Amino acid sequence: MSLNTPDTQVCLWTLQHSESASLATYTANGGYEALKKILAEKTPAEAIIAEVKTSALRGRGGAGFPTGLKWSFMPRNFPGDKYVVCNTDEGEPGTFKDRDIIRFNPHQLIEGMIIAGYTLGAKAGYNYIHGEIFEEYQSWERALEEARAAGLLGRDILGSGWDFDLHAHQGYGAYICGEETALLESIEGKKGQPRFKPPFPASYGLYGKPTTINNTETLASIPWIMRHGGQAFLELGKPNNGGSKIFSISGHVNKPGNYEIPLGTPFADLLEMAGGVRTGHTLKAVIPGGSSAPVLTAEAMMACTMDFDSVARAGSMLGSGAVIVMDDSVCMVKALERLSYFYFEESCGQCTPCREGTGWLYRIVHRIEHGQGRPEDLDELLRIGKNIGGNTICALGEAAVGPVASFVKHFRKEFEYHIENKRCMVGS
Amino acid sequence: MLSAESLAQIDRELTKYPPEQKQSAVMAALRIAQTELGWLSRDTIEFVAHYLGMPAIAAYEVATFYNMYELAPVGRNKVTLCTNLPCQLQGADKIAEHMQGKLGIGFGETTADGRYTLKEGECMGACGHGPLCLHNNHKMHDHLTPDSVDKLLDDMK
Amino acid sequence: MPLIEIDGKEIEIAAGSTVMDAAHQAGITIPHFCYHKKLSIAASCRMCLVEVEKSPKPLPACATPVTEGMKVMTRSPKAIAAQQGVMEFLLINHPLDCPICDQGGECQLQDIAVGYGGSASRYSEPKRVVKEKDLGPLIATDMTRCIHCSRCVRFGQEIAGLMELGMPGRGEHMEVMPYLETQVSHELSGNVIELCPVGALTSKPFRYSARSWELSRRKSVSPHDGLGANIQVHVKNNRVMRVVPLENEAINECWIADRDRYSYEALNSDARLTSPLLKENGHWREAGWQEALEHVATRLAQIRESKGAAAIGALASPHQTVEELYLFTKLMRGLGTENIDHRLARADATVGAGARWLGMAIADLNRLDRVLLVGATIRKEQPLIAQRLRQAVKRGAQLNVLHAAGDDLLCKVNARLIGKPSAWLNGLGQIARAMQEAGADLGTDVGAALAAISGVSDHARAIAASLMSGEQKAVLLGELAQNHPAATQLHTLAQAIAVASGATLGFLAPAANSVGAQLVGVLPGPEGLGTHAMLAEPRSAYVLLGAEPELDAYDAAAANAALRGAEFVVALTAFKTDAQDYADVLLPISPFTETAGSFVNLEGRAQSFHGVVKPLGEARPAWKVLRVLGNLLSLGGFDYDNAEAVRGDALAADFAAGLNNTPVAAALEGLMPGDGLERVAETPPYQLDPVVRRSHALQATVDAGVPVVWIGSELLTGLGIAEGGMVRVRQGGGEAILPARRDDRLAIDTVRVAAAHPLTATLGARLGPVSVEKV
Ligand SMILES: Cc1cc2nc3c(=O)[nH]c(=O)nc-3n(C[C@H](O)[C@H](O)[C@H](O)COP(=O)(O)O)c2cc1C
Ligand code: SF4
Ligand code: FES
Repeated sequence: MSLNTPDTQVCLWTLQHSESASLATYTANGGYEALKKILAEKTPAEAIIAEVKTSALRGRGGAGFPTGLKWSFMPRNFPGDKYVVCNTDEGEPGTFKDRDIIRFNPHQLIEGMIIAGYTLGAKAGYNYIHGEIFEEYQSWERALEEARAAGLLGRDILGSGWDFDLHAHQGYGAYICGEETALLESIEGKKGQPRFKPPFPASYGLYGKPTTINNTETLASIPWIMRHGGQAFLELGKPNNGGSKIFSISGHVNKPGNYEIPLGTPFADLLEMAGGVRTGHTLKAVIPGGSSAPVLTAEAMMACTMDFDSVARAGSMLGSGAVIVMDDSVCMVKALERLSYFYFEESCGQCTPCREGTGWLYRIVHRIEHGQGRPEDLDELLRIGKNIGGNTICALGEAAVGPVASFVKHFRKEFEYHIENKRCMVGS
Repeated sequence: MLSAESLAQIDRELTKYPPEQKQSAVMAALRIAQTELGWLSRDTIEFVAHYLGMPAIAAYEVATFYNMYELAPVGRNKVTLCTNLPCQLQGADKIAEHMQGKLGIGFGETTADGRYTLKEGECMGACGHGPLCLHNNHKMHDHLTPDSVDKLLDDMK
Repeated sequence: MPLIEIDGKEIEIAAGSTVMDAAHQAGITIPHFCYHKKLSIAASCRMCLVEVEKSPKPLPACATPVTEGMKVMTRSPKAIAAQQGVMEFLLINHPLDCPICDQGGECQLQDIAVGYGGSASRYSEPKRVVKEKDLGPLIATDMTRCIHCSRCVRFGQEIAGLMELGMPGRGEHMEVMPYLETQVSHELSGNVIELCPVGALTSKPFRYSARSWELSRRKSVSPHDGLGANIQVHVKNNRVMRVVPLENEAINECWIADRDRYSYEALNSDARLTSPLLKENGHWREAGWQEALEHVATRLAQIRESKGAAAIGALASPHQTVEELYLFTKLMRGLGTENIDHRLARADATVGAGARWLGMAIADLNRLDRVLLVGATIRKEQPLIAQRLRQAVKRGAQLNVLHAAGDDLLCKVNARLIGKPSAWLNGLGQIARAMQEAGADLGTDVGAALAAISGVSDHARAIAASLMSGEQKAVLLGELAQNHPAATQLHTLAQAIAVASGATLGFLAPAANSVGAQLVGVLPGPEGLGTHAMLAEPRSAYVLLGAEPELDAYDAAAANAALRGAEFVVALTAFKTDAQDYADVLLPISPFTETAGSFVNLEGRAQSFHGVVKPLGEARPAWKVLRVLGNLLSLGGFDYDNAEAVRGDALAADFAAGLNNTPVAAALEGLMPGDGLERVAETPPYQLDPVVRRSHALQATVDAGVPVVWIGSELLTGLGIAEGGMVRVRQGGGEAILPARRDDRLAIDTVRVAAAHPLTATLGARLGPVSVEKV
């Protein structure tokens, strides 16, 4: 089986076609078949959830939570409205896969959301789209119109007597809205501040109603699973890590881009697909799962396969599958300074450790980068990190600490050199 | 305050949400208002809040929480360059220098003729295509090189 | 009931409770800032982190639900590490200005920092500085001290019902502020001062005037609206420095209205009368008490002699204590007059079968399912009752309104019947009629009278339907309904509606002691005149106890004429009131802080209090003044040693038996509205009584602004007046020139011009015909 080809592609296969985003291309290649079958046969929700469980599909948004299990949390006999929400707020530095799904295969996401809506008994769905990709917001709205015109959305879908509608909600520049409850607050027209859980969205979600939130890639995988069966999806990847997954590779590689490959593929293969590290340079470090994931050294990374479990064993996380590659030209202090600034700027500000702690972390790293570091700073960074991690409302706190702790841990010498010599040992 | 066209767009946004949840449309309404007027004055925010039946302070909270709203006038062309790590690794620093040098302004500043405003942005979710920038929030330009930046900026009226 | 263990103590606690509740029940204190029992849970400060067995992370006690068998450690090393970590974060950007901070000594941050903070800060980066915000005359800000607990914002959204403060910005840049440079104007705004756990929001009038540990704290009762909010009066050097709420869940919970909080400013002001004054040849001169009282006794005796006792009118403010009011009536009845009243703003002098009251406990308001408010300007009239009704509505109660204006009540209103005052009887009739048509029994007399009602509006039907569903219901009569010329008929109809729908009928007593005044009989006797008649048919002499009829009367113009024309007027007053213009003797009496006394609040609860400071200057408690007068007039029965003894005579042990809302039989005439333009006039919140009137801080608020003439668009255009333009309002012979403002929520043919204000005291009937013209 060759990699990143229609054989292994669950979401980005339409790229092989000229009009990849059109309804015609999608339907000509089996699109909406799964939905039609479900509606015609009135497939029970339990059966769909069982299939998703079999597939071992794990959430593609970052946490890798089993999707079938998440769906089973939705209350069955709730009397009022329920919602399904898609998280296309990808703002995690390094991640750019969901944008391509919307650009090149919007209908598979629509079909996935409709099937989710049907399974979860939702009356409507919202897709929350990252503020900075406005053109994709517009093109997805056009795809919705196409689907609506084809009777796939709205009243009495495909004559089934079932009503369901989908809408796009455009973000406008706040990373935190990728956090699922901040996202719900944002749809409600408020500041995107995460909610304390419990209650979880499955019992108190959008407008206080039961809500299921999944990542774009997660939902776009559903039609494939329903068409080919959960077992086929599982077999694409490896046990407990079903399916293929899109890896977004950025940084110091010759061919940055999205590669949709089976989970469990060795990192070395992925790196090769991306054209390898820039000529004349050697691999120094990799952040394997978006900027929040702890950085790994070249050696550690080269020993990994690309799946949730392997990367976790190496001390990081697969996260959203965003692989940031850094070669030997990179100053780790400068790199960390930029990431720390990001978390400081993007903290929503409601909870104390994150609001106060992210600024503190950034200011220390900034000082070190600008030649004003003190010997005690590195331990101080780790100490402050410990006081943030685990003590916040949402995982942004941990996300801010992850890079700091891992950069200092794996590249401590570089930081010490900076502090002592007031300049960088890399000399870039 | 807003053109009929903008109001119609806001009304369309309102159809997305349950009738008792008009506040859900505030982000879109502020975006539409800003697209028409260039930035969000306090009057505009108040107008939007009133239109949606929500407290002005709540609309102001939204306008100040999300980065892409402008609370002070900006140039006709706002160029927001992503400088986050992946873009930085792919050369965003050099593009930043180039842009600043060419326009003679730093980030957060507007040229004297009101033609350009430069801003530093956070991750735009297209890292593989960096360096990249947004033009007036809604149009992305990627794979920037000093040459493509020159052309891009020159083409902006 | 889950059984849980907290710090080794096993406790059973109701399902659905949080760990914070459990700790409270077990008598364990968990440090916290954002948590407040009356507000929604934010779980954002993270100060309350505790260790929970089996949880890898510390959990916030305020937001973590208890589960069966849960083991909580609030002081384990893990919990303490988390708490200290949070404390360190809170302090890094907090200024070290405790020595000049008004919150010093009563600061939660300071207190908790002592227990949980480290000794020296390791933070060596620059500290954040936040620009001050102007919140108006009542609340001072030091925003750099804010710890972002969001209590003040949640208070606005959840308790006040109006989001005046928000937290714009993100992350570190987030700041508490109002929109634009608007000031906060809500009638409960001052409560954010106690809610703020640090010194970011403090009292502006109190600013820098005392350190909290220098203050003695004395319990008292607010003398303003009918609620009887419990307060704590803070005193230094025999001077009232500030007033804060005293928690009483059954009455004011932990809140007080702004007027309860800031009225104290009047107590030390220049407006206080500090010595008896006698008028001689048109000029005032100070006099000794003995001389002044003898003069009063002599003059009153003379007038009784020459004109008969009925020539004397006696008016007392319902903000005076039970003891004072009791001796006042005893004195006046002893003199032989029955022209006695405390209902200064009433048009209808009918005396009921008993004291009119709420008909239920205050706390029961929260549990109502259906409410009909008749003629109640509830937010301004009874700010904390409005708050309770808002909580009821949040629970699902339906609030219905009959009024002349569709004011924003800051909560959902089910249905409104908006009409000019003379249409209200008809409005209630429509509701009753709709109920009748739906099968309800309105009683024989009312039922028959309803035949006169022809059309029933949809609004009336909606209100009827609302009242005929639900379990706990009330029909509440507000200030305007009580002052209405047809008050007795409105009462009769409201009662019929209440009975037919199974609702409780209640009166929203306007003043702190309205119920007490009725109980001790400050009411006209069988042959006596009520306030309105006493002033419309002028008397030769008036005795005023705390009353300012020239402002407060139903017909202020008539009151002014009567008082100025009287042969002899004596005013017992704490302030230099307008009585200086028309009285012959002014006797300085103590306000509530300088005397012992009691108030009976609107739910019929008697609350006694002590004086908290010594009387100012020569002022004396009114009960003592009345005691001497009684003795000077040889009336007998005035030999009381103390206020308690007076109270014993004034209020029988079973005084509650005197609470009775049964209407006085009245023929239901006037079911048809009158013709022409009508005035609707309420008492503005900061003109409620002599004390609030003289508080500088309150008088600087938006609610205390110059009265305006509210007019609907149509009328405004018809008169050719622009908004803000001046208009002449005429009533009878009186007129006032005031700015016009637009209000399209007003009933047709209605203009709203506040009463009880110096600038409108030239006008006549509060709910009478009026004309308006362009100046
Ligand atoms: C700070 C933060 C940012 C996040 N950003 C995203 C995001 O951009 N896209 C996304 O799908 N999930 C994001 N997540 C994860 C979501 O909260 C959520 O777990 C996810 O959308 C669930 O979908 P899944 O189960 O399909 O992965 C973020 C979480 C945190 C804490
Ligand atoms: S961790 Fe940060 S982003 Fe998350 S809720 Fe707390 S302040 Fe907001
Ligand atoms: S009191 Fe629990 S988080 Fe603030």
